[in-house]
Amino acid sequence: MTDVTRLSAAALADHLAAGEVSSVEATQAHLDRIAAVDGKVNAFLHVSSDEALATAHDIDQRRAAGEELHPLAGVPIAVKDVVVTKGLPTTAGSKILEGWIPPYDATLVERIKAAGLPILGKTNMDEFAMGSSTEHSAYGNTHNPWDLDRIPGGSGGGSAAAVAAFEAPLAIGTDTGGSIRQPGAVTGTVGVKPTYGSVSRYGLIAMASSLDQAGPVTRTVLDSALLHELIGGHDPRDSTSIPEALPSLVDAARHGATGDLAGVKVGVVTELQGEGYQAGVLARFQESLNLLEKAGAELVEVSCPHFPYALDAYYLIMPAEASSNLAKFDGMRFGLRVQPSEGPVTAERVMAATRGQGFGDEVKRRIILGTYALSAGYYDAYYGSAQKVRTLIQRDFADAFAQADVLVSPTAPTTAFKLGEKLDDPLAMYLNDVATIPANLAGVPGISVPNGVSDDGLPVGFQILAPAKADDRLYRVGAALEHLLENQWGAPLLSTAPELA
Amino acid sequence: MTELVDYADAVKRYDPVLGIEVHVELGTRTKMFCAAEVSFGAEPNSQTTPVSLGLPGALPVVNGKAVEYAIRIGLALNCEIAETCRFARKNYFYPDVPKNFQTSQYDEPIAHDGWVDVELEDGTIFRVDIERAHMEEDAGKNTHVGGSGRIHGAEYSLVDYNRAGIPLVEIVTRPIEGAGDRAPEVARAYVQTLRDIFRALDVSEARMERGNVRADVNVSLRPTPQDKLGTRTETKNVNSFRSVERAVRFEISRQAGVLDAGDRVIQETRHFHEEDGTTSSGRVKSDAEDYRYFPEPDLVPVAPSREWVEQIRAGLPELPAARRRRLQGEWGYADAEMRDVVNAGAVDLIEATVAAGATPAAARKWWMGELARKAKQAEVSLDEVAITPAQIAQLQQLIDAGRINDKIARQVLEGVLVGEGDPEAVVVARGLEVVSDDGALLEAVDAALAAQPDIAEKVRGGNLGPVGAIIGAVMKATKGQADAQRVRELVLERIGA
Repeated sequence: MTDVTRLSAAALADHLAAGEVSSVEATQAHLDRIAAVDGKVNAFLHVSSDEALATAHDIDQRRAAGEELHPLAGVPIAVKDVVVTKGLPTTAGSKILEGWIPPYDATLVERIKAAGLPILGKTNMDEFAMGSSTEHSAYGNTHNPWDLDRIPGGSGGGSAAAVAAFEAPLAIGTDTGGSIRQPGAVTGTVGVKPTYGSVSRYGLIAMASSLDQAGPVTRTVLDSALLHELIGGHDPRDSTSIPEALPSLVDAARHGATGDLAGVKVGVVTELQGEGYQAGVLARFQESLNLLEKAGAELVEVSCPHFPYALDAYYLIMPAEASSNLAKFDGMRFGLRVQPSEGPVTAERVMAATRGQGFGDEVKRRIILGTYALSAGYYDAYYGSAQKVRTLIQRDFADAFAQADVLVSPTAPTTAFKLGEKLDDPLAMYLNDVATIPANLAGVPGISVPNGVSDDGLPVGFQILAPAKADDRLYRVGAALEHLLENQWGAPLLSTAPELA
Repeated sequence: MTELVDYADAVKRYDPVLGIEVHVELGTRTKMFCAAEVSFGAEPNSQTTPVSLGLPGALPVVNGKAVEYAIRIGLALNCEIAETCRFARKNYFYPDVPKNFQTSQYDEPIAHDGWVDVELEDGTIFRVDIERAHMEEDAGKNTHVGGSGRIHGAEYSLVDYNRAGIPLVEIVTRPIEGAGDRAPEVARAYVQTLRDIFRALDVSEARMERGNVRADVNVSLRPTPQDKLGTRTETKNVNSFRSVERAVRFEISRQAGVLDAGDRVIQETRHFHEEDGTTSSGRVKSDAEDYRYFPEPDLVPVAPSREWVEQIRAGLPELPAARRRRLQGEWGYADAEMRDVVNAGAVDLIEATVAAGATPAAARKWWMGELARKAKQAEVSLDEVAITPAQIAQLQQLIDAGRINDKIARQVLEGVLVGEGDPEAVVVARGLEVVSDDGALLEAVDAALAAQPDIAEKVRGGNLGPVGAIIGAVMKATKGQADAQRVRELVLERIGA
């Protein structure tokens, strides 16, 4: 039989259901792959072999007993370390949480466990999901499987790299400004940011509550749909969770995979291309548009005039919320506690010492920025204005979706850059998310589908955006594009990535 | 240290203005934003969830019952109920605030623009305008160990998060003007009125001694009511009615002294000291923290439908003022009598005693007489006296049935108070029942007549005056357990007068 680590999750699930491979075998194969390549990739912060194999064993037994199981039962998964997992270390990539073992599971983890997916471990990320390269992790860089000297994107570089390196068929990411989609683009994987409120945030260590959303990281569009359906749905523990059910995503992906896009209006966003985008990125984007058109889609040019202000608004709202969300990390109840090196030991001074030592520079930068933006006398000028821009961006989306069923753009302006290249230039780093941020500000869903390699041989991504609660459209158009591209290529893009082991 | 000005002198020369913030802990089963139970006196940190501990990843969900209670309070205080309102985060670092922000309402309270009529001890009605009533969560409780028990000088501090996240409603008045020299009394009566309303609404146990109700009292002075408001101080966490009154009184005297000396009152928070009724400087407000309020992004707006609000309004119980008026009518008490009953905290007790079968007059006689004395002696409140309204009613029934007399009733009462059981049981156990067996009484009468032959002679001679001495001797012989009227009849019958 073929190497199970090369299978898509859907294919592996079929093999498991047919009894051609056991979950223990599949899980062990992925653990072996991790052992073989993760020394180079560093996608995982923690590998939970025993727990994963125990789950796999349990699923194999239940399957043997004839129990009806979830379609993804027994398919291993990796979880971004910003998601709280009971009994497994959860650091959010920060020293301040080193050694913390959560006493509870995030809702999405409960759902994963209930469905019987062995959790392989926790993946690396920029500290508290703040970054676009995973270089802000307190636990070392993750390396892009396409070129180990390059960044895997961020903040969810660990999840994307794990999936791209065949260490896991499925992973969970979180996306506040592009942290699922941009790593997807630069690693040649599929990443989806669901509609805000469609996947519970209960148990996600919050960066910016009004922007954060968890979603799937996979190698195929169908796999994302399967995982999205598993983790999505209403959760009474998250007040911002959407009560109603979304249309079937898996059906939409299967429909899209027929390659038929007749009657679908695709809006090309004027403001998300051109200056600042690599030539190779733009070339692949144009070729993908041509493919969609050939498959029956109608292309329309749409303008979203306020998108150029999205990044500015984002860098006020996100740090403002983060400055408050991260206040709880104070050394009082959990995680790191640092005694002041001199002077009296008071609660306030312990908090200051803990935060001073426990947080990295990027986190401190954003806390300071956010604290400033919320301060009396500055609130209206900064936070208040940013919220107004947010409303204008939401209106831009509403107008655009009146003209088109989905909007499209390149996911990221460039391919993966070299490790260290932008570390000292935060503004250049922030520009990576210029195309992904508007969706977070408006709460609409987006997907990144790999659509080829640029002139430098590195993968690029094609972003599709849909109206809130119309996540099914992402899957229909995304699966169609994937089908059309793979027909052209003759194989998935990742099959051309370098062998690591 | 500035001299205090004599209170009477201070209020002659300055016009006090008050502002009162009352926090009430709601008696919901669970906390404001999570399913941890609300309970008093539980093992520290046992009533917590990831949410009330502020663990990473935890999210709040609004307690619907708490919203209902807040609306009840708002309606009882004649407030408008917001069609939609939001929570905000009040950001500050303190170990008893697990998230290092308090989830509160800031610019969008659930209830606003109301009023409440406060009845003073002499029956004067004083109207207090309510600016707003908003929902928020309580903090945990710090215990400072070592030193004086305050944070300064403590060796270490412990935090109990059982209280963290308990729902609170904070009620803020508009400036209370025109109270003049009665400002301390108005302050006290206002807090007491709110406490009574909370209890009537059944939204809180409203026990001051447990901190269910806490008041922050703002006081400022100005030369005359025509002047603009003076600088205020805020005395925090004043936790009894009496303390509210004393704190206001003290601040008026203190601020008058400051102003008399030509100084300016500093805007600050102050601590109240139960021991001597003084206040002392806390932190100065002018360099107070910037709380960086912003709308709580983890919660959606609270938008109570008008139908729901009207449903809650229709279900409001009778409020204390209306109830007092009704009961006074039913009981036939004079205004002064009713006021005394109210001031003594005897309304509920008398109502229950009447419900148990006593007449309103008898109920009042017991609670305002003998029992009020007992309470005063023991320095407890009336409802803490160890007897129930039902027992009082039973005691009165024993008298009315002629089974005991008034004098014996006091002995029965003693028996109940020391825990010998119901009046009936005390009467039986102590053998206090009136001696109604004529044979036994006649024996005593004969003995008394024989012992005082001179008196017997006089009575026989038609002089009924000294008969009391014979009756007294019989009562003494029967340890007071005889019906004096019957004894008199028997004496006269025996003598043949």
